[in-house]
Amino acid sequence: MRKKKYLENKMKNKSKINKISLNVRRHIVNASFESNKSSHIGGSLSMVEILSVLYGSILKYDLKNTNWDDRDRFILSKGHGALALFSILHEVGFINQKEFSTYQQNESEFISHPIMNTDYGIESSNGSLGHGLSMGVGISLAAKLKNKSFRTFILMGDGECNEGSVWEAAISAPYFRLNNLVAIVDRNKMQNDGQSKEIMDYSSFEGMWNSCGWEVVSIDGHDIEKLYFALKHDKNLEKPKVVIAETIKGKGISFMENVSSWHHGKLTKNLFEEAIQDLK
Amino acid sequence: MWSRIGSRASYGQAILSIADSYPNLLGLSADLGTSSGLAPFMRKYKERFINVGIAEQNMIGIAAGLAKEGFIPFVSSFAPFLSMRASEQIRMELGYMQHNVKVVALGSGLALNFLGNSHYGLEDVSVMRAIPNICTVVPADCAEIFKSIEACAKYNGPVYIRLTGGVGNPPVYTDDYNFQIGKSILLKEGADVLIIANGTMVAKAIEAHGILEAKGISADILNMHTIKPMDCESIEKHSIGKELIVTVEEHTKIGGLGSAVSEYFSNKRNVNHLMIGLPDIFGKTASYEFLLNSYGLTGEKISHTIIKTLKKNKGYDD
Repeated sequence: MRKKKYLENKMKNKSKINKISLNVRRHIVNASFESNKSSHIGGSLSMVEILSVLYGSILKYDLKNTNWDDRDRFILSKGHGALALFSILHEVGFINQKEFSTYQQNESEFISHPIMNTDYGIESSNGSLGHGLSMGVGISLAAKLKNKSFRTFILMGDGECNEGSVWEAAISAPYFRLNNLVAIVDRNKMQNDGQSKEIMDYSSFEGMWNSCGWEVVSIDGHDIEKLYFALKHDKNLEKPKVVIAETIKGKGISFMENVSSWHHGKLTKNLFEEAIQDLK
Repeated sequence: MWSRIGSRASYGQAILSIADSYPNLLGLSADLGTSSGLAPFMRKYKERFINVGIAEQNMIGIAAGLAKEGFIPFVSSFAPFLSMRASEQIRMELGYMQHNVKVVALGSGLALNFLGNSHYGLEDVSVMRAIPNICTVVPADCAEIFKSIEACAKYNGPVYIRLTGGVGNPPVYTDDYNFQIGKSILLKEGADVLIIANGTMVAKAIEAHGILEAKGISADILNMHTIKPMDCESIEKHSIGKELIVTVEEHTKIGGLGSAVSEYFSNKRNVNHLMIGLPDIFGKTASYEFLLNSYGLTGEKISHTIIKTLKKNKGYDD
């Protein structure tokens, strides 16, 4: 009986997260088209399930008190994924429709990269790559010094991990025993100039994190169940965790999947309509 | 007591003495803790000292994260490793996001003598001053280092604190005085020349002042300890009626105090401005005193350059 109930809840939650993911993809496509400008749409679509699981069942936050001291902290270190961040924040209620519709308009708070504003649930300004993890180390250290139990999540790109500063931070987090820190890598295997393996390949990406002393988990980054179990709190963990989420750039829109030019692209009316058909 | 212990030891002592008043203050270092004069702080407040290893970029990021959560991190290293190695972290985390981090640049200028150009702080002010929101403070002597550290701990926002001079810095201040970020201090009064200086060059300007006075030239000396925001009101007030405005800095003439003063006047009116500072070169390495002398940054040479310029402006030959 208990098992049946558990399974029912799990299925209910799964369908909730699926619904969030679908809506977030629609927000991304709509806002991108409405802005009438190019946007980082491919790398936004690859991280949708990661954000849906985080905001749908992992992160502690309070919409009525967005600066709540005990909230979990989330930083989008791959700042060019801002459209996906604004979309999830819009979906869960941090950003209203009117605000969201200013995306990429003159003097908007919502541009191609996040601008720190905790009222909207945006913890950090990003855009320059390789900054988030160091800040995450600082925030997690602060939590330890203040005896706070919140966790800090940093979402990076695999291309972003070309930056040396990522590895300065990666070395330091296990040394400081930051088991309250979770790094997530959206490993869509593509970057600005094309396929990562043809630009700067890693001989062993998992091995690099391993040798720095992280708990390393590699999963399908579009599987919400696997994401949930990888991201949920593990009291017994004594070190920081990195979740390497294998994803598809442009996921969900057939003509964008694994197509390099959609790293930063503009939707025509025809393409927009085609994209919306994929999200029925 | 602060007068001659050296700039780095003064920093360490200052942090130690205010630590109890600021329980959220933390000391961070990139493997230069003992070289930062922080050994006594590290011993007494072990849990408030964080060594990040030789990783200045990570240090700024970590400090920003700590500041975001309410701590007051003081990070220190040699000037180029902070202002240039980590300048983009300073730009994003401290300039753009305005996290309350205090960046203490040790041994700036030429003080690291035989360590050479890799360690000299020749152009750090130029880089920091160009980044919006970074308050930049250049204390004149050990007493003023103490005053600045205390004022910066109290100040809510990012600050770059540039320490010049080595051990045996000549003291400018012997008695207590009022120090306020952004408010320059008039140290000498005169009628002919206005000398604006900061860091170790304040003491040299005072030496120059004595030499000039003996030759019948009287000068104001303004200690412009805060270069950003600059105290333009005082510059304006003390420049009125002067034959010559002189800036003296232990920094390249590109982008430092001289540039800041020149930027001010270029929007106001024509003045005779003599810029004394370091040339745009990576020169030979030598002892600190030798270098100051060869770049014309001694009291005697500063006074000589001023006299020469005054004569030239009046149409006399030297």
